[in-house]
Amino acid sequence: MPDAAAQPPAATLSLSARLALGITALLVVGGLALALAAFAYGRTAARDAFDRLLVGAANDIASAIAVENGQVVVALPVSAFELLALAQDDRIAYQVRDVDGRVLTGYPDLPRPPEGARFYDAPFRGEPARYLRLTRRFAERAVSGSVEVTVGQTLRARTDLAYDITRKALYGLAVGGIAMLALALLVVRSALRPLDRLARELSQRDPQDLTPLVASPPREVAPMVGAVNGFMARLDKQLDILRNLISDTAHQLRTPVAALRAQADLALSEKDPVRRARAVERIHKRSLSLGRLLDQMLSHALVVHRTGSIRRERVDLRDVALDLVEAGDHPALAAGTRLTLAIGDRPVPVLADPLSLREAASNLLSNALNHGHPPITIGTSVEGGMHLLWILDAGPGPSDTVRAALGQRFQRSAASSGQSAGLGLAISRSVAEAYGGCLRFDPVPGGFRAALVLPAEGGAS
Amino acid sequence: MRGGACLALLAAALLAWPAPAQEAVAHFGSAHDPHPLVLRTTTDVAVLSPAIRAFLRDRPALGLTYEQWGSNALYDVTQADCAAGQAGADMVISSGVHQMIRLVNDRCASAWRSPATATLPADLRWRDEIWGISREPAVIVYNRRLVPPEAVPRSRFALLDLLRPEGTAYAGAVATYDIEESGLGYLFAFMDSQQASTFGALMETFARTGAVATCCSAEIIDGVGAGTYRIAYNVLGSYAALAARQNPDLGLVLPSDYTLVLARAALLPGPAGPRPEAGALLDFLLSGPGQTALAQTNLVMGLSPDQIDPGDGDLSVPIRLIPLSPTLLVAMDPAYETRFIARWRAAFGP
Repeated sequence: MPDAAAQPPAATLSLSARLALGITALLVVGGLALALAAFAYGRTAARDAFDRLLVGAANDIASAIAVENGQVVVALPVSAFELLALAQDDRIAYQVRDVDGRVLTGYPDLPRPPEGARFYDAPFRGEPARYLRLTRRFAERAVSGSVEVTVGQTLRARTDLAYDITRKALYGLAVGGIAMLALALLVVRSALRPLDRLARELSQRDPQDLTPLVASPPREVAPMVGAVNGFMARLDKQLDILRNLISDTAHQLRTPVAALRAQADLALSEKDPVRRARAVERIHKRSLSLGRLLDQMLSHALVVHRTGSIRRERVDLRDVALDLVEAGDHPALAAGTRLTLAIGDRPVPVLADPLSLREAASNLLSNALNHGHPPITIGTSVEGGMHLLWILDAGPGPSDTVRAALGQRFQRSAASSGQSAGLGLAISRSVAEAYGGCLRFDPVPGGFRAALVLPAEGGAS
Repeated sequence: MRGGACLALLAAALLAWPAPAQEAVAHFGSAHDPHPLVLRTTTDVAVLSPAIRAFLRDRPALGLTYEQWGSNALYDVTQADCAAGQAGADMVISSGVHQMIRLVNDRCASAWRSPATATLPADLRWRDEIWGISREPAVIVYNRRLVPPEAVPRSRFALLDLLRPEGTAYAGAVATYDIEESGLGYLFAFMDSQQASTFGALMETFARTGAVATCCSAEIIDGVGAGTYRIAYNVLGSYAALAARQNPDLGLVLPSDYTLVLARAALLPGPAGPRPEAGALLDFLLSGPGQTALAQTNLVMGLSPDQIDPGDGDLSVPIRLIPLSPTLLVAMDPAYETRFIARWRAAFGP
C-alpha cells in the first residue's frame, strides 16, 4: 500500500456530530421528563376542573332538599344535571340518603367513600368514576341529622382534557426543542469555525514555509497550534543543519579535491621516477587528510543529529574521562605519551547523550595531543555549580587571536598543517551548547586547560 | 295493501307466541335466517316498515323480527335483560328517550362509531351509545269543522286566550296526554316545565276548563277527528300528520312560541358489543336513503313536503329539540316523577 501514508488518518466521529448527538440526547431526556410532568399536570388540572363540577352539582342538589310535613323531600334540580352534563360523554351517578341512612332517591348501590373522604375514586357500574359526598345538616322538630348527597361522574372528559393539555404542551415542547436544536447546531458550527480556518491555512501553505502559524486560535486550540508551531520550528532547525552540512561539505571538499587533482595531474606528467614517487607520496597524504576531514564531518553531523533527537540520560563525567584514558587508542596518541587521570571519588553527573559526550571529550583530547605539550591530564571537577570535564597539557596554549576563534567550524591554525579539518572543537562546542553548557579555555599555572562545562544533573550533587 | 297482509301474518304470529309482553310482532326479510335481527320499538310497525324494507332490500339473506312494545314495558324488559347480562334485542328504538338515556347511564348499551353517527349533531348523540334517528314535533291538533280558522291557536298564548273567557265553548273539549299513562306525554310535560312559564298557566287553565287527559296518541287524534275534542295539545306530529292524510278535518299547528321536537332514540343493547348488522341498520337509518324512508311516514320533519298541513304548518318556528343528554335522568328520578305527577294530578283532578 504505497498510498497509505498519503491518506489522512481515519477520522473518528466529528466534533459537530458529537455535540449534536449530545444535545439531541439532552433534549430527548429533558423532553421526556417534561412530557411526564405535563401529563401529571394535565391530570391534576383536569381533576380539579371537573371536581368543581361535582361540588357545584352536589351543592345544587343539597340546597334542593327540604323538609315537608316532617319528611325529607328532594326536588332534584335539572341545573345540577346540566352542570354535570358539561362533561359531555360521562355517565352520572347520584344518591341522596336520609338522616337515618335510607336511600331517598338515586342509585341505591353506589360505592361508599373511605372514612372521612370527600372526593373518592370508585367504579360506577364497571367504569372508573370519581365521586363527591357531602352532607347537609337538618335540625328541625321532626328531622334532625345529616342528609347525605353523593354525586359521581365517569372519567372520560377528565382523561380527554388531561390528554389534551399534555398534547398541547408536547406540541409546544416539540417546536421549542426543534428550534433549540437548530440554534445549537448553528452555535456549534460557528464555534468550530476557527478549526476549519486553521486546517485551511495549513493545507494551503507552501511546502517550504515553516514559519509559525499566525492565526490567533481560541484558547482551547492554542496548545495544539503551539505544538504545531514547535514542531515546525524543530523541523526548520533540522533542515538548517542539513543545509549547512551540505554547503560546508561542498565548500570544504572543493579545495582538497582540487589540490588532489592538480597533484595527480603533476604526477601524470612527471617523467622523473624520483620526483614522481614524491608526488604520489603527497597525493597519499592529501587523501589521508581528506579521509580525516570526511570522518570529522560525519562525526559532526552525527553529534548534531543526536543532540537534537536522542533522549538524554544521566551520565557521570568520570566514566567519560575513564573511558577516554582506558581506551588508549587515540589516533593522535604518540607512542610513549602518558595520559594521567585526575578524578575524585564523588560522581559528577550531567544529563546528556554519552556517545556525544565521548566524541566531544575525544576531540578536546586530540586538540591537546596535536597542539599541546605532554604530559596530558584528563580530569573532572565541580566549579561554581557547573560540572567540568577537562584536558590539561603543559604547553602555553594558543595565542589570544586563535583562542578567540576556537570552536568555530573550519578554523585551522597554522600549526594544524593540513592534518586537521578544523571541525574537532566545533563538535565539542556543539555538544556542550546542546546540553546547556559551553567550552572554556584557560591558561593555568603550568599549562593550558580546555574544559567541557555542563550544568549539574538535577542539582543532585 | 301490503301492510294489511303483514298484519294478518302478525296476528298468526301472535297466536304462536307463548306469553309475550309485546303488543305486536312482525317478520321482515328472509324467513330462513336462523338468527334474525331483533328490533324492539315503541313505533307502530306501519310507520317504520318502509325504512326496514329499504334496509333489507340489499340484504336478501337477513331476516328481522320486529317487536312492538309499550314504552314502559320496553324499558322494563331492556333493563331486566341488562341486569341479567343478556341481549334480548339487537336494537331498541323508543320515543321514551328519557328511559333510553337512563339505560345508557346504567351501562346497558354498546358503543358504535361510524361516519354516519359522526355526522349527527351533539344534541342527538351521547357517548356514541344512543342516537336520535327521527325529528317529530309536538303539535296542536284541531278539528277544522269545530274550530273556525280565526280561532285556531297558533301558540300557547293563543290557546290560553281561547280558554280564558267565562263559559268558553272549548271548556271540556281540549285533550292532552295523561302523563301518568303515557311516557311520551310525561316527557313532553317535563320539557314544557323546563322551557317556559306558560306551563304553569296551561296547567291551571286546563284544570279550570276541565280539559281531558287521556292515554295514547291514537286515541287523542281519533277523538279530535271524530269531534269528541275540538283541540288536542302536545300531540306527536308524526302520528297526527299520518292521520290527517286520511281525515281532512284534522288540522295541525306548530306552536309559534316554541315547538318541542322529539328525536326517537335508538340504542344497541347487550354486554357483548353490537351485532354488526344492527350497526348497519343504525347507519342506514341515519343515512340519506334511510332518512328519506323515515320521512315517508313523517318520522323526519321537513324532508317530506306533505307531512305538515301547508295552511297551518310553519317550519320557521323556534325549535326546542329534546336533547339526548343526561339531564333527562331527572325525568327518570322516581322522587321527581312522583312530585311532578302529583302536581299535575292536583291540577287535573283524579
